[in-house]
Amino acid sequence: MGLTPRPEHRVVEYNPTSQEGWVATRLDFLVNWGRANSLWPMPFGTACCAIEFMATAASRFDLARFGMERMSFSPRQADVLICAGRVPFKLAPVIRRIWQQMPQPKWAIAMGACASSGNIFDNYAVVQGIDTIIPVDVYVPGCPPRPEGLMYGIMLLQEKVKRERMNDKTIRAEMEPDPKSQLYIPAPVIDELSEPFGNSVHQTRSGL
Amino acid sequence: MSDAFEIQYAGSALGNAPAPVTPRNVPNRGGEPNPSAAALREQFGDAIQRVEVVWGVTNVYVRPERALDIVRWLHDDSSQRYDYLSDVTAVEFRDMDAPIEVVWHLRSLPFRRELRLKAQLPKNKPLEIASVWSIYKCADWLERECFDMFGVRFVGHPDLRRILMWEQYREGFPLRKDFPLRGRFSRAEQLRQALAANPEARYSMEELSIADAFEDLPTEMRKRLQGGERTGE
Repeated sequence: MGLTPRPEHRVVEYNPTSQEGWVATRLDFLVNWGRANSLWPMPFGTACCAIEFMATAASRFDLARFGMERMSFSPRQADVLICAGRVPFKLAPVIRRIWQQMPQPKWAIAMGACASSGNIFDNYAVVQGIDTIIPVDVYVPGCPPRPEGLMYGIMLLQEKVKRERMNDKTIRAEMEPDPKSQLYIPAPVIDELSEPFGNSVHQTRSGL
Repeated sequence: MSDAFEIQYAGSALGNAPAPVTPRNVPNRGGEPNPSAAALREQFGDAIQRVEVVWGVTNVYVRPERALDIVRWLHDDSSQRYDYLSDVTAVEFRDMDAPIEVVWHLRSLPFRRELRLKAQLPKNKPLEIASVWSIYKCADWLERECFDMFGVRFVGHPDLRRILMWEQYREGFPLRKDFPLRGRFSRAEQLRQALAANPEARYSMEELSIADAFEDLPTEMRKRLQGGERTGE
């Protein structure tokens, strides 16, 4: 399938020049092991992707195998924001507020093409990818993705969690939006990210 | 406001007529028009501009200034009894000179009739038409949506403001043909304006004017509100 093999995370590399000792790396391993296997997801389901997400959580695919069976409907007790579905501009401040309410450590999964890039909804009402509002760790492609796809994304996120190091201070840096515009990435970058591509360049009929 | 609730059975005005069957081989144009169209012609004369049958549904084009009277008559008259308004919407055509059509979909449950009323609003004049809210209360949100998307002002509507787009939306009316698909502003500007909204603001500016009436509230409600309690939760 062209997927890269996952590295063996159990082997913690020891760098003699760093300040990390055996205890710190072992503690990292323990903490990351605990975190990765009990991620509490905050489901932000707005469209059909949420149906696939429910299927993933149901008995056949069973998110409990990843320690994620406890849906956290309060953002204050959640670890992972799973945005499943398209986000209209009217919901942009809501998902931003939910993200800000989640305590560290926290991660975000953009599930499906709409949450990742806006999909076919290249129109006046839909946010072109939630990464223009909040930082995203894992993008799951698909329209909607199969439960296996979401589980693969979750396993990638677990790998990411397991490779975190405590002495990396940048990991827990909170996103700081610009107080004036409330954007956390520069406006020209957002415009460039939201440029139409593929067939959608033919959709504008403003010359009528 | 209304009398005792009375159950309306579909087809109750038709006596013992057999239950309708699903029509087959419906022609695109032509066919048996709804008998209400002839009754409308008789009742309103010139106000009825054109009657046509499209896919088995009768379209009646009416003069915009008489639309409210016509809808009221269709609702009140005992031989029509259009008691259900299923939709209010508008149509704009790609021909820039063609007028915008406001469309009402009316249903008569007792007579099992479906009627589509259309009123043409020329574009060189303000897009205004009388609201049918005084007849059908369900027209409230339908007309708000039509106003939000097309900019048609419904005169007499009690609370005509945007319903789908947010209150501060400044880009225009999205379903108009001169509206670019991606909106008028850049993506960053759209996002900036969207993020500037307060997600906890449940009330529009109009509704917030109730704060002016704070002193008139009952004492115990004032006390609760001063203690930080919010309504709407």
